[in-house]
Order: sequence, then structure tokens, then C-alpha cells
Amino acid sequence: MLSYIGKRLLQLIPVLLGMTFIVFMIIRAIPGNPAQIILGQQATKESVEALTIKLGLDNPWYVQYFKYLGDLFKGDLGESMRTRAPVTDEIWPYLAATFELALFAIVIAVIIGINAGIISAWFQNSWFDYTAMILALVGVSMPIFWLGLMGQWVFAVENPWLPTGGREEVRDPVNAITNLYVIDTIIQGRFDQLWQVFRHLILPGLALATIPMAIIARMTRSSMLEVMRSDYIRTARAKGQKMFWVVYKHALKNAIIPVLTIIGLQMGMLLGGAILTETIFAWPGVGRYIYDAIGFRDYPVIQSSILIVALFFVMINLLVDLLYSLIDPRIKYD
Amino acid sequence: MSEFVPKVDGITKNKIEKTAGPWREAWNGFKKSKVAVAGMGIVLFFILLAGFGFLAEQGYLGQNIGLEGINDQKLSDRLLPPSSEYWFGTDDLGRDIFSRIVHGARISLWVGFFSVIGSVVVGSALGIVAGYYGRWVDTIISRVFDIMLAFPSILLAIAIVSVLGPNLQNALIAIAVINVPNFGRLIRSKVLSIKEDEYITAAKGIGMKDARILFSHILPNSMAPVIVQGTLAIATAILEAAALGFLGLGAQAPMPEWGKMLADSKSFLHSAPWTMIFPGIAIMLTVLGFNLMGDGLRDALDPKMKS
Amino acid sequence: MRKKKLGLLVLMLLLVLSTALAACGSDAGDGKKEEGKKEGTKTEDGKNVQDTLVFGRGGDSTSLDPSRVTEGESFKVTVNLYETLLNFGEQDTTITPGLATEWEPSEDGLTYTFKLREGVKFHDGTDFNADAVVKNFERWANGDAEKFPYYNSMFGGFKGDEGHVIESVTADGENTVLIKLTRSQAPFLKNIAMSMFAIASPTAFELGDDQFERKPVGTGPFQFVEWKPNETITIEKFDDYWDEGLPKLQKIIFRSIPDNSARLNALMAGDIELADGINPSDGKSIEDNEKLQLFERPSMNVGYLGLTVTRPPFDKKEVRQAINYAIDKQSIVDSFFEGRADVAKNPMPPSISGYNDDVEGYEYNPEKAKELLKSVGLEDGFEMELWAMPVPRPYMPDGKKVAEVIQKNLADIGITAKIVSHEWATYLELASKGDADAFMLGWTGDNGDADNFLYVLLDEDNIGSNNYTYYKNDELHDILIAAQTEVDEEKRNELYKKAQVIIHEDAPWVPLAHSTPLLGGAKNLSGFLPHPTGSDLLSKVEFK
Repeated sequence: MLSYIGKRLLQLIPVLLGMTFIVFMIIRAIPGNPAQIILGQQATKESVEALTIKLGLDNPWYVQYFKYLGDLFKGDLGESMRTRAPVTDEIWPYLAATFELALFAIVIAVIIGINAGIISAWFQNSWFDYTAMILALVGVSMPIFWLGLMGQWVFAVENPWLPTGGREEVRDPVNAITNLYVIDTIIQGRFDQLWQVFRHLILPGLALATIPMAIIARMTRSSMLEVMRSDYIRTARAKGQKMFWVVYKHALKNAIIPVLTIIGLQMGMLLGGAILTETIFAWPGVGRYIYDAIGFRDYPVIQSSILIVALFFVMINLLVDLLYSLIDPRIKYD
Repeated sequence: MSEFVPKVDGITKNKIEKTAGPWREAWNGFKKSKVAVAGMGIVLFFILLAGFGFLAEQGYLGQNIGLEGINDQKLSDRLLPPSSEYWFGTDDLGRDIFSRIVHGARISLWVGFFSVIGSVVVGSALGIVAGYYGRWVDTIISRVFDIMLAFPSILLAIAIVSVLGPNLQNALIAIAVINVPNFGRLIRSKVLSIKEDEYITAAKGIGMKDARILFSHILPNSMAPVIVQGTLAIATAILEAAALGFLGLGAQAPMPEWGKMLADSKSFLHSAPWTMIFPGIAIMLTVLGFNLMGDGLRDALDPKMKS
Repeated sequence: MRKKKLGLLVLMLLLVLSTALAACGSDAGDGKKEEGKKEGTKTEDGKNVQDTLVFGRGGDSTSLDPSRVTEGESFKVTVNLYETLLNFGEQDTTITPGLATEWEPSEDGLTYTFKLREGVKFHDGTDFNADAVVKNFERWANGDAEKFPYYNSMFGGFKGDEGHVIESVTADGENTVLIKLTRSQAPFLKNIAMSMFAIASPTAFELGDDQFERKPVGTGPFQFVEWKPNETITIEKFDDYWDEGLPKLQKIIFRSIPDNSARLNALMAGDIELADGINPSDGKSIEDNEKLQLFERPSMNVGYLGLTVTRPPFDKKEVRQAINYAIDKQSIVDSFFEGRADVAKNPMPPSISGYNDDVEGYEYNPEKAKELLKSVGLEDGFEMELWAMPVPRPYMPDGKKVAEVIQKNLADIGITAKIVSHEWATYLELASKGDADAFMLGWTGDNGDADNFLYVLLDEDNIGSNNYTYYKNDELHDILIAAQTEVDEEKRNELYKKAQVIIHEDAPWVPLAHSTPLLGGAKNLSGFLPHPTGSDLLSKVEFK
């Protein structure tokens, strides 16, 4: 097991290394001098030149790349060109914000998606099955930003039940410790704030949950159908066990593995890919952070945050793989 | 969701209907699923709509059918609600939303279709090379795919469009690029499984050239999953194009691209909700059509494949 | 089979029940929230007052040290944290007392004496005095162009540079500061009033520039509390503020909501009480909303179509004039600014002193345009690129749509224009290299001085920088340079009026509009006066 993890981690190195190079080259291919952009329209030529030199952008690209790599090995993610703050300090709140939202979305997606999938498989070809599966398909067919804007309009503006955006009631800000506000409010015993944080999560969370929910429901259904035809499920039923237990215990356990893969992939995707949802709901997340950084050509921020997001993505996948053997002891890694 | 065709049954059926030929058989399977046929209906409808829009624009349908001049601005008719004159209302420049949606169909289908063709061609080429030749070629190509898949794909698309400049064509290229690894991996695994089949070994044995083996044996045998995946990818590509359009990185004014129409009118959600609702529904229906069709195709062509 | 159905029924019931429960839960919570919102802090007589303002805006600040940034979102906050020696008027750019109560130039205009306000303290308790002012100026003068970009552009460089305007800043006792200039600078007092030259606490910035810009200390009516990047910046009332009774609010929260329509949604839902960057098209719906009011920011900007004079056929004056005649500015203003803008005829807005109202703008006259094209043998028209900016700016709410109209206007006189758009950063860079035939752009004034428009945007010194058209006219150059040192207001205005006549004749631009940027606010908000520079002092704002 440990050697397997070690091997997987070792395999990561070339991928991440290749990634630094690709990201480095792509962002430098984007036209526009960061110094000019940071200083803006009002800046004079001297200011731009001075900043270009200070940022080391006058060096040839390979010098810049190897300096970046060198810093990276020392654990230095660089410093934002725009805000002059170290990326290491700056990125955590954004990551935490996105992580909280993505986790919330995934939890909703898993709870609703798996149950819908199970029930659909259980009552195959019932009206529930048809409705759920059509809804699932409609779910993956909708532009999420559209759904988000509509949700905001209906549930926050026309009927002011939920906040239009943001992470917290700004008049009563959460005292950030871990920056995961759900945890922060709980450890400070501020359950009134926890409620507020929860309310802020609902709309963007639901918007983000739509696609994973639909995919999980479909996956669970087809995986369950396959398992429920297997012999030992038939045996369990023949033994007179209640259908509910057969479905939720025996069948689900065997059907969950492909579903887990999907959950892992979707979670990874939400980490950097929720730009539009983050924009519409003014969510200070990492997707938006990277998107803005692309706009400002803030090279260190783009490079380092994409690397971190990718790292999270591959780690989640690794975690999922390891979970397999936990759920199904028949799966072994050597 | 179409009915689930159990594996065991599928195999027996295969044996019985062997004479019918694989495509014919697939069509029969596809036909059985009402939902899939409905999906195809939706797709055909939008294709017809796109064709109709094209003909109208070229003037083949005569004047005054209300579809020519998608960009005609009539500033006196701004933000009018749906009526008999403007079925879906007008936007903030007084343009008829209905005819813009009709013409938008062409753009969305174009982007969806051609970006997927691009990904399929490039992805298949890389996948075949990786799968067939193996070794270091495979290692390099597979690692590149890994790298690309570890990217949040929308960010990669944004970066590519930023490099090339924001317009529809570059958005199409970006979408094609981010989908390459999906097809590459699919084909690679298919090639790996076919490569060891007896008839390929036989072909090699009689001295057949690599290229010929690839094109006459391996490629046709990998088609089914590509078609299924391709149909579903068109759906995603349309959504991705809309997202890029929404960010202002896709189609540019005055093109009636649906995502851009949404972006342009999001500030009128309060005063003129129809400017947001109809393009959104158009996107949803088209994508739904491709998804339904893709599902049906999967069940018909490749029952073993999973979403 | 029956059993199967029963199971389904139970499950559905559970679903419905849980939904209902969730709905109840949220209802109860809502009631609570409403109460919490209205509560606020209690005044002595026990009345409930609303004293926290949430100000929604498009982006976050980059720094809270105003001297180190050039971008407007930062100044929106810092103007409330710091003060400058001189202030602008409440809604204009006249000079009024700030941290200096009196000021006087010497006869030759080379020495300025500032008498400082007494009894002022920085938020950290440091005394504000002549010494503090000197230390601030020393800090800037010892910097470089990268560190203090605005100091560089306003005062011509740094200590030791040839163009550096400020010779010395010295304290004369506790409360008097003398600033000596190397040459006279006409807009000097206006420059001093710009929010980037705010006086900061020396104790704070001496601890290091980089930590200072995250923990700002000034003398302003509000002091810094917390900054959650891309989310909120919170500032609260400074109790020892020198001006008794101000500020009226207890707390201001600047909240970043990047999407314009999401910001409007937040305003309508009551999540924020003041929203910046309202689309002209939404102005009406805010006016019609009984819970909201619309604010108009006095215009100090210009939106224009620049014609790159180095690119044929735009090297011909007749062609540039023809394009001026061809564009229907009035209908652009009517449709895209919803009338909340004035048609422009000069490169600077009428509110700025020196504006030449005698210049007659090019009227919309396609026939004349065609004649002019014919006079240079271009009666068959030509093809050109028309660059449209990709992002909404205060001076141009929707560049691409305006470009569509211009495209049509040009088609009417036989010119085929292709609309080109780049991402904003790329757009500025390529345009400044002179790669565009014609490009849309604009400018918001920094200090309300004519120099800040005419010299910065159209003088040959600024080619490659802010003179994107590469327009060069020696006569104009002499006039603009002379005006920079002319201290006599009247004579100076004459020079600028002359400059505008030359520019009008040469027509390197098609001036389009001077827009009135809009803000939306809660109905019970009072005392809010939007400032033309875009940085609003909020000390007099309160809820009625």
C-alpha cells in the first residue's frame, strides 16, 4: 500500500514539472506587459520600465523559468506582481473559500445524486426513474451561469429569501481562523453566524451541484442496475432480507466504486473551474483569483495557483483510488 | 434515459442478428429508445433551424419572412416583450430575439461540431500513435494528456483564448484543445485492446504495413466509442462556447451567439427577463438533444461503456 | 408489486417532508435576520439607528497605500482613511483647505507656504505636524518610478532627476511647511490635493512599505479594520477625528462584486446600500424603484475614437475630419448612455477651466464627409479596422455596441470598418504601439486640470504612452508647455483654448461623449455626494 502511494507520488513529479513548463510558456505567450497592466493607463513610460526591470521581466525566458523552478523547489511560490504579497499567504483564503463551496456542492450532489440513482435503479422504469433521469439530463444541459443568475433573481431579488452573494453577512463578519467559515464559526461557537454562512452557501452551492448531481445520479443508477442483477444480491433477497437493506447496504457497497471516481473527478473540477459561479455570486474563490490574475498577467499568481489547484486535483484522485481498497478489500495495490 | 440493455442479452442478440450488420443493428437498438429518438428529433430540429436561418440570410426564402437582418437595429423598439410581431421580444438594440436565436443555432452547432471534429482528429492521431507504438512515445503522450487533464479545463481554454485573441474561431480552437486528451485516452485504450487481437497479429504476420493496419483495422474498430463520446462532447462544447461567450472571450458583437446574448442582456434580467430566458432555453434544449442522442447511441453501439 | 409502490410512496413523502422542513427552517431564519439587520447599535436614548454602510463595487483594492498605486479602486478606500494637505471641493476640483488651513505661493510662484491644521492625530496616536509632512515628501522623493508612479508623473521624477519639480520640503516650526519648486508648476496645488499624495503616519510607514500598504494609518475620518482580499475592506469611525461630529457612520464595508448585474441584484435585495458602476440602462429601473435612489457622478471624463495619424489614410487631415462628420454622436449618446452624457466636441470636459465652448463640434453630416473623402481621392471608400474596447469603462459603458453603430455610420460614407477586439490589457498595449487604425478609448481626469487632459493625451511628449494616436503638432506642443508654467489663470486658460482650436482642426480624435457615471443607493441614504474624480469621501453620509 505505502509503496503504491510512493509510486503514485513519484509519477506525479514529471506531470507537475511538465505542467509548470506548459503554464509558463502559455502565459508568456499572452500579449501584454504585466508592468504596463499593473500600473494602468495613467502610468508614465519610466514607471513601466522601472517596474519591468524590478520584476525581472527583461531577462530571457529561460532565465525566468529556471529562477521560478529554483524558487519553487525552495518552497517559494513567488510574490504577486500586483499586490506584492507572497502567493503562499495570499492564496489560502481563496483556496479555502473555493474548497468550502466545492465541498458543500459535492455533499449536496452526493446525497441527492446517489439517492436519486438508487431509487431510480430500485424502481427501474417507474415514473420516478424517468423523471429523475430526465431531470438529470436537463441538469447537465444547462449553462451553470444562466442557472445561477436565474436562481439569484428568483430566490434573492424577487423573493429575498437568500443573500445575493458573498460568503458571509458582511455586517457581522466571521473571524477567520482557518478561513473555512463553517469550521471557524463552529469553533467560535457562533452558531448564528454558521447559519448565515450556510445561507450564503445555498445558491452558489446548488448551482455548482447541478452537474455533479446529475452525473452521480446517472452513474449510480447504471452501476446499481448492474450489481442488482448479480447472484449474491439475488441470494440476499431470497434469504428474505428487506429490500431496503439489500439496496442500501449490499448493492450500494458494490456499486459505489465507479461513483467514487466520478465524485473525485467532479470535486477536482470544481476547484479551479467554478469561475462563472464565483463571479456571479461574488465568491472570493481561487477560480476567480486565477482568472483575474490572467487579466493582470500576474505571472507568479497564475503559475503557482494553477500548480496548487492541479496538485489538489491529482491528490483527490489518488485519495479516491485508495478509498477503493478500503471499500472493497478485493482491490489491492502492489 | 433509455432502457438499460443487459450485457448478457446484448451478446445473445448479437449472435442472432449477425446478418443485419453492425450499423443496422445499432440503428435498431437506437430506435427502440424513445428518449434517444426524441433527442435526435431535437438535434434535427435545431439543424433545420440553422439551415433555415442560413437560407434566410442568403435571401433564398424571399424577403419579409422576418428572419433577414439579424443585426438590424431599431432603437425605437428596444426591450419589447414577446408579441405577435416579436415572438421572443427584442433586445436592448431593438433586435428581434427570435431571429437572433434562429441564427445563433448555426453558430452553436458549428462550434460544437467542428471543435469536436478537431479534438477527435488530433486526439485519435495521438491516441493511435501512443497505443500502437507504445514505449516512450506512449509515455510522453500519456503524460501530456495527464497534464492537460489536471488543468481546470475552463482555465486552460481562457488562457488559450487570451493567447490567440478573443473571437469565435479561437474559442473553437481552445475548446477543441481541451477535449483532445479525452479522445486521445479513449482511442489509446481501444487500440491497446485491439492490438493484441488475433487478426491484427495475423495482419502483421503477413507483412502488412503499420499505416495500413492502423487505417484499415484499428481505426474502424474504434469508431463506435468515438461516435458516442463525440456526440456527448458536442453537448459539452456548446456549453463551453457559451461560457466563453459569457466571459466575452468567444463570439464578438454583433454575432448572435447564445452565450453572448446572455452576457449582453444579463443586466436586463429585471426589466426584460425574456432577453435572458429564451437564449438560455435554446442552449439547454440543444445540449439536451445531444445528450439524449449520445445516451441512446451509447446503449445501441456500446452497451459496456459508462458515462 | 404493491410493496414496491408503497416503498416509493414512503420515500416521496420523506422527500416532501424534508423539503417542507427546510423551507420552514429558512422562514424562521429570515425573521431573525430581518431583526438583526434593523437592530444596529443603539444610541443613548435607546433608538435604533442604521450606521453601517455596505458599498458594493466592481473590484478590490490593490494596495491601501495610495502613493503606490494608480488604479481607482484603491483610492475609493484610501480617500476615507487619509487626508491630503489640500482638498478638492465637494463635487468639483476647486482647492479647499485640508490638512493645511492656509497656503500661499510666493511672488515668483516658486515657494509655497502651508499652514497646518493643529490638534490632528494619526490613527495610531502619532501627532500630525510639519515634521510628518516633510517625512512623507522625503519618502516619495527618495523613491523611484516603479514605487511611486504618480509622484513620478505629477512632479517630473525624483530627487536628483533633471525634471524633478520639488526642490525641497522643509518644516518651519511645528505647523508650517515650505515647499520650494525648481520651476513654477501651474497645477501644483491641484496635484497636492490628489488622493495619492495623502499624508500617512511616519511611525507606520517607517516600519516598512510592504506591511504599511496592508495596515494603513492616516488622519482620515475612518480607520482601517480588516481586509479580506477580493471580498471586503472594513473601515470604522476614528473617534479622535479633528472635525467634530464627523464621520456620521460607524462603519463602512467596501464589498467587491465583480459582475455588474450581480451588484445590481445585491442592491435591489438590500444586501448593499450603495452600488458603484450602474449601467446607464439600469438607471431608469433604479429611479422607478421606491426603495432606491440614483446618484449621478459629475462628469470629468471623455470617451473618444482615436485615429492613429501615422497609419494611412488617417495621415490625411481630411479623412480624419470626414470621420468626425460621419459619426452620429447624438444617437450614440441617446441609445447607450440613455442620455446621461453630453456629446463631446473637445478632448476635455466642460467642467474644467480652460474649456473652449466657442469651438464648433463637427455636426453629423454624411454628405460633407463624402465630399471630404472625395477631395483626397477616396470617394470609393476604404477598409479599416475599428477597435472596440472589451470592458465597460465609466466613460464608455459598452464599447462594442457603440462600435457597431460607428461601423454602420462609416458604412454610410463608403468605409468598410471591421470591428476588432482584444482582451483589455492586450488592447491597451497594442493601441499604444500604434497598431490600430481607429480605436475607442477614454480618460477620466485625475485632478481636474486641463493639462491632465490635453498634454497627457495629445502632446508629442506622450507618444508611446497615453498619446495613442501618435498625433504631433509643434505649435500645440509649445502652447501646452507654456501653459504648464503659466501661473496666471486667465492667461493659462487662453492658451488651452487656443490648443483646443488646433486639436479640433487637426482632428486626431472623434470626441464622442462626456458621460455621467451612475451609482445606486438605498432611499434613506443621505449626504452622499459623488465626486468627479471617482473617489468619494463618505464622512458626511448617514442613514435618515
